[in-house]
Amino acid sequence: MPSALPLGLPAPSDGVLPEQAREGAAERNFGLYVHIPFCAVRCGYCDFNTYTATELGGGGSQDQYAGTVHQELTLAGQALDASGVPRRPLSTVFFGGGTPTLLPASDLAGILSEAVAQWGLVEGAEVTTEANPDSVTEESLQILAAAGFTRVSFGMQSAVPHVLKVLDRTHSPERVPQAVEWARRAGLKVSLDLIYGTPGESLEDWRHSLTTALSYGPDHISAYALIIEDGTKLAGRIRRGEVPPIDDDDHAEKYALADELLTAGGFQWYEVSNWARTPADECRHNLAYWRGDDWWGAGPGAHSHVGGVRWWNVKHPRAYAAALTPGTSPAAGREVLNDHDRYVEDVLLRVRLREGLAVERLEPAGRHAIAGLIADGLIEGADAIRGRLRLTGNGRLMADAVVRRLLPD
Amino acid sequence: MSPMARTAPVPAATDPAIIRNFCIIAHIDHGKSTLADRMLQLTGAVEQRDMKAQYLDRMDIERERGITIKSQAVRLPWEVDGTAYALNMIDTPGHVDFTYEVSRSLAACEGAILLVDAAQGIEAQTLANLYLAIENNLTIIPVLNKIDLPAAQPEKYAAELASLIGGEPEDVLMVSGKTGVGVEALMDKIVRDLPAPTGDPNAPARAMIFDSVYDTYRGVVTYVRVVDGKLSPRERIQMMSTRASHELLEIGVSSPEPKPSKGLGVGEVGYLITGVKDVRQSKVGDTVTNLAKPAAESLGGYQDPKPMVFSGLYPLDGTDYPVLRDALAKFTLNDAALVYEPETSAALGFGFRVGFLGLLHLEITRERLEREYNLDLISTAPNVEYEVTLEDKRTLKVTNPSEYPVGKISEVREPMVSATILAPSEFIGAIMELCQQRRGILGGMDYLSEDRVEIRYRLPLAEIVFDFFDLLKSKTRGYGSLDWKADGDQVSDLVKVDILLQGEQVDAFSAITHRDKAYAYGVMMTGKLRELIPRQQFEVPIQAAIGSRIIARESIRAIRKDVLAKCYGGDITRKRKLLEKQKEGKKRMKMVGRVEVPQEAFIAALSSDESKDKAKK
Repeated sequence: MPSALPLGLPAPSDGVLPEQAREGAAERNFGLYVHIPFCAVRCGYCDFNTYTATELGGGGSQDQYAGTVHQELTLAGQALDASGVPRRPLSTVFFGGGTPTLLPASDLAGILSEAVAQWGLVEGAEVTTEANPDSVTEESLQILAAAGFTRVSFGMQSAVPHVLKVLDRTHSPERVPQAVEWARRAGLKVSLDLIYGTPGESLEDWRHSLTTALSYGPDHISAYALIIEDGTKLAGRIRRGEVPPIDDDDHAEKYALADELLTAGGFQWYEVSNWARTPADECRHNLAYWRGDDWWGAGPGAHSHVGGVRWWNVKHPRAYAAALTPGTSPAAGREVLNDHDRYVEDVLLRVRLREGLAVERLEPAGRHAIAGLIADGLIEGADAIRGRLRLTGNGRLMADAVVRRLLPD
Repeated sequence: MSPMARTAPVPAATDPAIIRNFCIIAHIDHGKSTLADRMLQLTGAVEQRDMKAQYLDRMDIERERGITIKSQAVRLPWEVDGTAYALNMIDTPGHVDFTYEVSRSLAACEGAILLVDAAQGIEAQTLANLYLAIENNLTIIPVLNKIDLPAAQPEKYAAELASLIGGEPEDVLMVSGKTGVGVEALMDKIVRDLPAPTGDPNAPARAMIFDSVYDTYRGVVTYVRVVDGKLSPRERIQMMSTRASHELLEIGVSSPEPKPSKGLGVGEVGYLITGVKDVRQSKVGDTVTNLAKPAAESLGGYQDPKPMVFSGLYPLDGTDYPVLRDALAKFTLNDAALVYEPETSAALGFGFRVGFLGLLHLEITRERLEREYNLDLISTAPNVEYEVTLEDKRTLKVTNPSEYPVGKISEVREPMVSATILAPSEFIGAIMELCQQRRGILGGMDYLSEDRVEIRYRLPLAEIVFDFFDLLKSKTRGYGSLDWKADGDQVSDLVKVDILLQGEQVDAFSAITHRDKAYAYGVMMTGKLRELIPRQQFEVPIQAAIGSRIIARESIRAIRKDVLAKCYGGDITRKRKLLEKQKEGKKRMKMVGRVEVPQEAFIAALSSDESKDKAKK
């Protein structure tokens, strides 16, 4: 079923959006994502858009990067104005990477203040940065908190040295509680990212990582199954038989263990891979993706979405910097979703949330599938009867299959 | 030595005394087409610049597989001692599936060249065709080909040929189709040794059809050998088996391109065009006579072709069904032996049950359908025709396991064949073991030479249609050869084995087997399917059953995880494209109940391991 719209329509150089982007914008939250494409080392499993060289040339290099992002934020304001999208204060800001904290804290603070100058912040806005436990100090976290950051998400991944080694993570496990402690003192909320299903990781290793993460007292935990992406160093090692391949049954078992231990530790799932201590601790920026809100993604390879228009920037930092001459958009391509695409995305994304999907939103073919999904133990029967489609524990593990059954055509 | 004829005899006015009709009996790869090419060049029938390798093998598939499916006749001029002769070379199909066609080609000749590879010796099918030739009273000229090969053993195989047909090893001609050595001597020998045709020029016309080919532009082209009388253009002819009459629009000879003539007389070989569009109206073996002055008796020997092997052909993509239907209709225009009828399979959808002369006929037909009509086909495991008698004495013919009756059965008869296997004597043990596994009864064994043996078995046809030949080849390191012919039927203890997925019967996997082999089939097929069918959202039991009795079982564990952990930095587009890709993949699945079975699983489960290996090459 080829989509009516080909992937990658050319994006206009002024970044102006088609009319549909502004419809209903006032009712939708607006967020900002800033991509920081630098890492100290590339991890063996990672296929994200990130670079280890400090000198990429021109505005793509680390020391000039904050200024380059500033140019895109200026363009974003102009383009949204020109598109007739009303200016809305930012509900969430998220710095991801890469390793945002490889940039000096003052650079991150500078980018944030430029964004705030452009759009403002809503009361109680969530401002997060991802961080490597190695790349923060008590002082840098203090600077971030003072600049308006409210939350830090540490890439802990595992508490087991041999697992961290396969992942090429450089931090020592003891570094994590230290970083959490500093963040707490700075008044930041803390999230820990974990990865399960690494080759060679036993169920006991995973249990140890979970209980260790819980013992640090975070507000939020993300647990992602390791995905072996083509072209990564880890994919090569598996192909050559140097490390064992990953196994879906193993992933399923570890997911179930995570849900069990995290629930017992006082956390509740709110998205397939995310657990929070209280509803107030849920990552609102993450929720915005699944709820179809608007956000501008700044930085090389960053994705944006405004009112059913999705676009993405050129990937390489140097090409990105070069594209950003004043008044010119660094977008590489975009797509304008039609009604069917938007329906598909709505189902696809909302099904992953604990709040689920309103049954009435489904087309008849989708509603037809509900009884079978209840019978197979993939969605909660009582909730469905009350009009809410919500995944069971097994259903979360089978979410993609559930989506295919809800969207049979 | 004779040069090419200076003046070729004129068709329709040729004295039978200067006509020689012959064919070449040879095994695949023994060089028949190359020798024929050499003769075409030598006699000037084909100009050097028009020559392409294996001129007579018209279809690409024939050239690629090195076998001749459809025969033709070529008229070649040749001069000996100042007299110009007309030699008709009648090409014969080289495979066991086409025994009947071979017998009709032989009946059109007075002599046969027995062509044998000097490095390999005679093979079973060649031997079978030699028997047919001797039965038809043909004069045999033994020839060893490829004597230029380093591995040639001319003395050994000359002795083998001499002992088979009588005569001395020195009488065996030595040629090389490749270099041309000995070919002129062979042409001379054909003229000198073969008898001229005889017939009554004044009797009512009688001509035997030995081939019939559909041509898109000209309709059916019928190849005949005139026995008595004369056929002329514009007269009305009659087919003696059907009494159908047609106007003779064109008559002529192939040399080798068609050349219209003023007719064909006694002993001559040529073609007829009547404008009919279906080869079934011009049947191989039938006798052509003159409608106004008909012969009293036909030449005899006509048989209706009888399909022996049946297989369901299904398009992979259901929307291709009309294409397959039209393609089969076109194929039957040119292949009187092909029969088919529509059939429906719960698992495979709409298709056809097609009857073939044998396994090669099946393979060639399927390959041509796929190639010429750009189809992807699934063919079900080949079946023979069983005769099932119920307790109420009703009798059914069953060519498809799904038609096998459920009620009380008193008797099942299955077709039998008598098979002849030739191989080096060191493989006797392996061959006997194979034949016994296939329920064969030893009929006899003879040594052809010190180290070559002929073994005769009576076997159920069903036991040789699947992978018997491949196994024979592998057990004899490629040296074994096989010929078989139908040999009645026998009562056997047969059962139908069904395969069930999640309790749901999959008709495409059912098989009729001997009771002693039912368990092995059940274990093999359930095991194969467990490997081939991907895990589903629920556990899938796979069972093999005879009636309601389960004889083997396997199970596919439920899949436990089918979710991507995250989306990358808000790249929802990638996630939606992935969903579309997954759904596209699902379309290539066939649903059996709730179980999604990939089409590749059907193909892999229905093909033998040997044929899978072949596909890889």
